[in-house]
Amino acid sequence: MNGAGNLMDFLDEPFPDVSTYEDFHTIDWLREKSRDTDRHRKITSKSKESLWELIKSLLDAWSGWVVMLLIGLLSGTLAGVIDLAVDWMTDLKEGVCLSAFWYSHEQCCWTSNETTFDDRDKCPQWQKWAELMTGHAEGAGAYVLNYFLYILWALLFSFLAVSLVRVFAPYACGSGIPEIKTILSGFIIRGYLGKWTLLIKTVTLVLAVSSGLSLGKEGPLVHVACCCGNLFCSLFSKYSKNEGKRREVLSAAAAAGVSVAFGAPIGGVLFSLEEVSYYFPLKTLWRSFFAALVAAFTLRSINPFGNSRLVLFYVEYHTPWYMAELVPFILLGGLRRPLGDSLHPGQHRLVPAEEDHTAGKYPVLEVIAVTGITALLAYPNPYTRRSTSELISELFNDCGALESSQLCDYVNNPNMSRPVDDIPDRPAGPGVYNALWQLTLALIFKIVITIFTFGMKIPSGLFIPSMAVGAIAGRIGSGIAVEQMAYHHHDWIIFKNWSAACLGESHRRLEYIVPLMAAAVTSKWVADAFGKEGIYESHILLNGYPYLDVRDEFTHRTLATDVMRPRRNDPPLAVLTQDSTTVEDVETLIKDTDYNGFPVVVSRESERLIGFVQRRDLTLAIKNARQKQDGVVSSSVVYFTEDAPQLPASNPQPLKLRRILNLSPFTVTDHTPMETVVDIFRKLGLRQCLVTRSGRLLGIITKKDVLRHMAQMMNQDPESIMFN
Amino acid sequence: MSCGWGRSWMFAAAAVVTVFLLDVVVFARAKSFEDVRCKCICPPYRNITGHIYNRNFSQKDCNCLHVVEPMPVPGHDVEAYCLLCECKYEERSSNTIKVTIIIYLSVVGALLLYMLFLLLVDPLIRKHDPYTQPLHNEEDSEEMRPQAESSSQARGNTVLERVEGAQQRWKKQVQEQRKTVFDRHKLLS
Repeated sequence: MNGAGNLMDFLDEPFPDVSTYEDFHTIDWLREKSRDTDRHRKITSKSKESLWELIKSLLDAWSGWVVMLLIGLLSGTLAGVIDLAVDWMTDLKEGVCLSAFWYSHEQCCWTSNETTFDDRDKCPQWQKWAELMTGHAEGAGAYVLNYFLYILWALLFSFLAVSLVRVFAPYACGSGIPEIKTILSGFIIRGYLGKWTLLIKTVTLVLAVSSGLSLGKEGPLVHVACCCGNLFCSLFSKYSKNEGKRREVLSAAAAAGVSVAFGAPIGGVLFSLEEVSYYFPLKTLWRSFFAALVAAFTLRSINPFGNSRLVLFYVEYHTPWYMAELVPFILLGGLRRPLGDSLHPGQHRLVPAEEDHTAGKYPVLEVIAVTGITALLAYPNPYTRRSTSELISELFNDCGALESSQLCDYVNNPNMSRPVDDIPDRPAGPGVYNALWQLTLALIFKIVITIFTFGMKIPSGLFIPSMAVGAIAGRIGSGIAVEQMAYHHHDWIIFKNWSAACLGESHRRLEYIVPLMAAAVTSKWVADAFGKEGIYESHILLNGYPYLDVRDEFTHRTLATDVMRPRRNDPPLAVLTQDSTTVEDVETLIKDTDYNGFPVVVSRESERLIGFVQRRDLTLAIKNARQKQDGVVSSSVVYFTEDAPQLPASNPQPLKLRRILNLSPFTVTDHTPMETVVDIFRKLGLRQCLVTRSGRLLGIITKKDVLRHMAQMMNQDPESIMFN
Repeated sequence: MSCGWGRSWMFAAAAVVTVFLLDVVVFARAKSFEDVRCKCICPPYRNITGHIYNRNFSQKDCNCLHVVEPMPVPGHDVEAYCLLCECKYEERSSNTIKVTIIIYLSVVGALLLYMLFLLLVDPLIRKHDPYTQPLHNEEDSEEMRPQAESSSQARGNTVLERVEGAQQRWKKQVQEQRKTVFDRHKLLS
C-alpha cells in the first residue's frame, strides 16, 4: 500500500513552500542565483567525504548536458513527426493513396514508373477524391467536387484544432514566442510550458498547418521545444527547484526549436541569443549549440523529406553575381520594411479591434470562418492551393532545363549561342506571364489573409507567411525585371536574397555574402527608421507583460524621486516595524492592500530601513505559525530582530519571522537618475527597489512603476501594463 | 522520501520513452526493397520527349548509363544525351512514415474520444455532485473555489480517488487558462 502510495504521489497536489513563486509574478533573479551557488557549494564540500558523494557531484555537473541531449532528441523527434504528418494531411485534402493510405502524394508516386516528364506529379496509385468517388478525373463536375471536398477537409481540420485547444490546453494557441520571451525574462506563467500544452500544441499544429491556413510552424516549434525543455527540467532537482537555472535550459531549448525548424543549428543559437533570451551566460552558448545539433541530427535520421534534407526549401547558388546587381539588392532591402509593415501593423490595428468586435467573442466560429474563406479563395489559384512551404520551394528553384514549372517556361532555342558567362539568355514563354499574374493575385491574397489569421486561437507562426510574401514579390519583381534587363534571367537570385532578408536567416554559400549583407544592412537601417519594435515586442506591449527590454535606451533626465511611490497625494507607505507590529495588524495589512512586499523599518518615528519581506512569505509563515506553534494569537507581536523584544510576561508569545526577512534589499537615494535605476533593474533583474534619503525610507519603485514611467516618456498609455 | 521515489519513477519512465523512440527510429531505418531509388530526369532532346526514370539502384550504380534503359538515342549520341540528364539517389524509410502516421492518428483519435467523453458523458455522470463545474466559462468561479477546496481536502487514498482528485485539479487549471486566453483576451499570440 505504501509503495503504491509513493508511486502515485505525482498525482497529488504539490505542497506550496516558501520558495515557489505565484502565477503571473516575476522571479527574484538574485535569490535564485544565490540559492544555486549555495547548492553548488554544498555539493562540492560534500564531494570530498566519500566516493559516492564524488560520483553524485559529477552527476550533478553532467546533468546539464544530459538535459540538453534529451531535449535535442525529443525536439528532433517531434519535429520529424510534425513534418511527416503535415506532409500527409496536406495532401489528404486533395486525394488519397490507394496502395497505402499513409503515403502523401509524393511518397505514393515515389516508386511509380508511370510518371512522365510533363506530368511528373501524376501516378495511378494516387487519386483525387472526385476520381475515387465518381470515377471521373476531369471535367467541371470533378473540379467542383474536388473543390468542395478540399474546403470540407480544411474546415474539419481547423475545427478539430480549435476544439482541442479550447478543451485541453488554451495556452497552446498562437505562436508562443512573445510569451517565451517574457518567461525567459523572469515572468511566471504556470502551465504555459506544461505537458498537456506540449501534446496539444504538437497535435493541433499539424492540423492547423494542414488545413491550408496562412500560418507557419516555426514559431510553434520553438514553443514545443521549450515545453520539452521544461519537461526534462522536472527530472533534475537542480533545475526544477531553481527558476533561474531552468531558464538557462529553456533558452537552449529555444535554440533547438529554431534549429529543427530551419535545419540551421547555428541559426538557432543566434536566434536564441538575439530574440528570446534575457540573461545568457556564456556557458549556455555551448549547451545550446549541443542541443541544436542533437535536434538537427535526430530530425535528419527521421528523414522526413527524403534526400537527407532538413527543410523543404533549400537554396543553392550556381551562378555568380555582378557588381551592378548590388543596386537592386540594396533597393529591395530598403523596401523590405514597408512591405513587412503592411503585414504587421495591419495586425496591430486589427487585434485590439477584434477584442471588442464579435469575432473575438466566438473563437471557434472565427477559426472556421477564416479557414472557409482561405480554402475558398486558395483552391482556384495553383500557387495558393499547395502548402506555403511548397510554394516557397517552387519559387526558389533554379530554372534549369529540367524544371517543368510554369515559372520556368522560357523558350529553349537549341541553336542559341552561349555567351562567355555560360548563362544562356532565353526569352519568356507564355507560361511565365500566366504565372506572373497568378502570383500577383496570390501575393495580395496572402497579405490580406495573413493579417486575419495571426491571432486566432490555434497554434500559428508567421515566419513562413512573411517569407512567402517576400518570395512571391521578389519573383514577380524579377520576372518583370526580365523584360527590362534584356533576358538576363539570373536576377531571380535577387529575390531569393530578398525573401531571406525578410527574415535575416541565411544558409547559403559565402559567395553571396556581399549582396546579402548589403540587402540586410539596408533593410535594418530602413526598419529602424520606421520604428524600433519587432512583431514580438509589439505583441508583448499589447498583452501588457512586464517585459523590460534590454535594448531600449532610457535617455530622459528624471530622478528616482519622480517615479517612486507613494506620490504626494497617496496614503503613506505600508511598512512593518521590527518589533511592534502584531499578528492581527499584519493580517489586516495583507488583506487591505495588494502589495507584493513590505519594507521593515526600525520604528515609525525613525524610518530607518532594516529589510524587505515578501507578501507570500509573510502569508505562509503566519498561517504555519497559527497552525503549528502554541500560543500564537492575534495579539502576538511579530519581531524581525535576533532576540525577542522585552515584553511583560502577560503578553502572548511573540512570533519570530527573521528567517523570511531579506536583510539586503536594494536601495537608491532619491536623487539617483532614472537612467541608472532602469539600468539596475535591467541588469540585476530586480522586482522592486527602495528609495531612501539620509538613511530614512522614503518610498518604493517597482518594476511596474519603471515600465509605466518608460511608457509615459514614450507617450504610450501607462495603464496598459497589467501585470506586476 | 516520497519525492525521491516519485522522481526516480518519472526518470525511469522518461528514459523508457526515449529508448522506445530511439528504437522506433532505428527499426524504421531498416531499408526495404522499395525504399531506395535512383531518379533520372532527362529533358527533351531533339525529337525525343522528356522522360523520368525511376529504378532501384544502389548509390554507385546511380548514373545515366545504368538507369536510362532502353537508351532512346544511338551510341554516338549517348554521351551528349547523358550530359543533359540529371540523376539523383534518394532513399526514404516507409516504415517510419507508416509508424508515424498511425501513431499520430491514434493520438488524435484518443484525444477526440476523451474530448467527447468530457463534454458529453462526464456532465451526465456528475449531475448530482455539488462541486463539479461544467466546461464552459464561469464568471464567478471565485464562489465555487472555497467549496472545491474543502472537498479536495477529503482526499482518499485509493488510486482511483487520487486520479479523480488529479483530474479535478487539472480541469480547474484548464478553466483558469481558458479564462485568461479566451475571456480576458490576453496571450493573443
